[in-house]
Amino acid sequence: MSEQHEQEHEHHIVSPKIYVTIFFALLVLTTATVAASFVEMGVFNPIVALAIAVVKAVLVVLFFMHVKYSTKLTKLTVGAGIFTFLVLISLTLADYFTRAWGRW
Amino acid sequence: MSSTIVSLPDQSTARIPKVNFLTKENGLLSWLLTGDHKRIAILYLISISFFFFIGGALAGLIRLELLTPQSDLMATDTYNKVFSMHGIIMIFFFLVPSVPATLGNFFIPMMLGAKDLALPKVNLLSWYLYVAAGMLALYAMITGGVDTGWTFTTPLSTHYVNTNVITTGLAIFIAGFSSIFTGLNFIVTIHKMRAPGMTWFRMPLFVWAHYAASILMVLGTPVLAIALVLVVLERTVGIGVFDPAKGGDPLLFQHLFWFYSHPAVYIMILPGMGVINEVISTFSRKRVFGYTAVAFSSVAIAVFGFFVWAHHMFIMGVSNYAVLVFSLLTMLVAVPSAIKIFNWAFTLYKGSITFETPMLYSFGFMGLFTIGGLTGVFLGTSGTDIHLTETYFIVAHFHFVMVGGMLMAFLAGLHFWWPKMTGRMYPEKISQLAAVVTFIGFNFTFFPQFILGTLGMPRRYASYPPEFQVLNVFSTAGATILGVGYLLPVLYLTWSLKYGEIAGNNPWQATGLEWQTQSPPLTENFTEIPIMDHEAYDYEWLERQKEKEVTSVG
Ligand code: HEM
Ligand SMILES: [Cu+2]
Repeated sequence: MSEQHEQEHEHHIVSPKIYVTIFFALLVLTTATVAASFVEMGVFNPIVALAIAVVKAVLVVLFFMHVKYSTKLTKLTVGAGIFTFLVLISLTLADYFTRAWGRW
Repeated sequence: MSSTIVSLPDQSTARIPKVNFLTKENGLLSWLLTGDHKRIAILYLISISFFFFIGGALAGLIRLELLTPQSDLMATDTYNKVFSMHGIIMIFFFLVPSVPATLGNFFIPMMLGAKDLALPKVNLLSWYLYVAAGMLALYAMITGGVDTGWTFTTPLSTHYVNTNVITTGLAIFIAGFSSIFTGLNFIVTIHKMRAPGMTWFRMPLFVWAHYAASILMVLGTPVLAIALVLVVLERTVGIGVFDPAKGGDPLLFQHLFWFYSHPAVYIMILPGMGVINEVISTFSRKRVFGYTAVAFSSVAIAVFGFFVWAHHMFIMGVSNYAVLVFSLLTMLVAVPSAIKIFNWAFTLYKGSITFETPMLYSFGFMGLFTIGGLTGVFLGTSGTDIHLTETYFIVAHFHFVMVGGMLMAFLAGLHFWWPKMTGRMYPEKISQLAAVVTFIGFNFTFFPQFILGTLGMPRRYASYPPEFQVLNVFSTAGATILGVGYLLPVLYLTWSLKYGEIAGNNPWQATGLEWQTQSPPLTENFTEIPIMDHEAYDYEWLERQKEKEVTSVG
C-alpha cells in the first residue's frame, strides 16, 4: 500500500480477476460460517461466526468499495468510523464485564 | 472611544443590489428545487422557526400545569405526552439543525470563499428529509402523541406504553439522516472547497466548530438510528434485544441511545460556540485569543464527547466500575469547554467593546453556559448525581446549556448575520431590549429549578408537594417574560425585511470573507474567487482595505 495517489480523481481500475477472486472468497467464507454452526464449540460459536463475518466485511470494504485504492483521507474516514465503533463496543462491554464484580 | 462600530451607507442613496440570491429567480418552484445553499438555509430557517413555536407552545402548557401543585390543567398522561413532544420537537427538530442548517449552511461556503456547498443536491435532500420527518412527528403528535420522554427509555417504550412510539421513532430516524447529510456536506466542503490561501488555520473558528459538530453528526447519528430501529423491531416483532425474558438487556438501549445523545448535546452546542467566536471578535475588534487552542478545543470536545455517555446511566444499574471510569472521563470533557470560555474572556480583555445586540446575546451565552457547564460537573460526579439525577436540577442544567447557551447563540448569530442575509438592519434599540428581556426571563424561569432540584422535586410529574409551589410560580412567571423575549424578534425581524435600514456590505466592519461581498449576496456568492492572503480576524488588514478603497476612488 505504499503506492501514492496524489490525484483523487485518478480512478483505479480494479481488474475483473480481483472481483471474481473476492467473490469466491466470500462464498467460501459463507460456507465456513454455515459449517461452523454445526460444530459444537460452546461460547466460541458466536465468536467464530463474528470473526468470519468481520473478515468478509473487510474484504468488501477494501475491494468492492475500493478503499484499498483510495486516498489517505478516505482511509482515515473509514478508520474514524471503525474507531468510534470500537469505542462503543469496548466501553459498553466494560460495563457488562464488570457488573458482577460488585462494589469497589 | 466610540460607542458603536456600525458603519452604514448613506441611507438616502443606498439601494439593495438589484441582483442577489433572493431576486435571481422567482416563484415557489425556484425555491423548492433550489441548489443554492443560501436559499436552503432560508427554507431551514422558516421550518425550524415553525417547530420552535410549536415546541414553545408545549413548553407554555407544561409551565401552566406546574403553576399549581395538583394536576388540574390536564390529565397526568396528557402531561406526559406534552413534555415528551416538547423535548422531541425542541431537540431533534429545533436545536440539532438550528445553527448548522441555517447559519452554517448559509455562511460556511461564504467564509471559505466557495460558491456553494460541495453537494448542493444532498443539501436540498437533507431539507426534504427534515420536513418529512417533521410532518411525521406532527402526525404522531396529533393522532395520540407519545409519552416516553425524548429518551425512549426501555422497557417503558418497548413493553409498557401504547402510544405512537413507532411513528415518532421513525420520524426521528429520518431526521437523523437529514442531520447526517448536513454533517457530511460540511466535512466534504471544508476539505475540498476552500479558496486559494484559505489554509486550515486561516478558517474562521465558526467553521472549525462546525467541522467538529459534523464529525459528531456523521459518526454518532447512525447509532441513534439503529437504537430506534431496534425499539421498533422490539415492539413489532419482539426480537428481544432489550427484553431480559429473551436474553436481552433493557440497559443496552440506554448505552446505544446515550452513545449518540451525549455527543448530540455537543452537536447542539458547538455550532453555537462557533457563532460566539465571530461575534466576540467583531465587537471587541480583536483576534480571538488563542486561535489554535480554540480550534483544537472544538475537536477535543468532539472526540472526548464519545467517551462519557454512561454519566446518564449512573443510577440505572450499570457496573460500579463503569460509573467510576465514566465519572472521571466526564471531568475531562469539561476542560475544552472551559478553554473556550477563558479564551473569550481574554479576547474581551482590553478590546474596544461595543454592545450591539449580538454581543448582548453572546454575553448571555458566556454567563449562562458557564453555569450550565459547571452544574454538569456536579452531575458528572457520581456521588452528587445520585441525589440530583431525575430531579429539576437536571432540567435546569440542560436548559442553561441548551436555552441559555445554544438558543442565545442562535439569536446572536441571527442578528449578527441578518444584515448579510437580508440586506437590511434589524432595529437596534428594541432588539437590545429583547436580548435583555430574554436574559431576565431566562433566569427567572430556570434558576428556581436548580433550587427545586436540590430540594428533591422530581422531573416529569404533573403534580408536586405544595411546599414547592412558590418556586414553581416564579418559574412560570419567568417563562412568560421569556415568551415575550422570543416573540419580539419575530415581530421586528419581519418588520425589518421591508423597513430596516439598508445595511451595505459590511455594517459591522467584520473581517470574514462573507462580509467582503454584497448584501444580500449574489447566487455565486463572489464575483471572482477570493484569495485569502491574511490571517482570520485580521482587523489591520481590514483597515488597509478601506484605505485602498478611499485612495482608488479619490
Ligand atoms: C460542559 C460539560 C457538561 C457536563 C460535564 C455535563 C454533564 C451532564 C451529566 C452528568 C448529565 C446526566 C445527569 C443525570 O442523568 O443524572 C447531564 C445531563 C444532560 N445534559 Fe449535560 N453536561 C455538560 C454540557 C452539556 C451541554 C453543552 C448540553 C447541551 C447543549 C447538555 C445537555 C444535557 C441534557 C439534555 C441532559 C439531560 C438528558 C436527560 O436525561 O433528559 N449538557 N449532563
Ligand atoms: Cu451527557
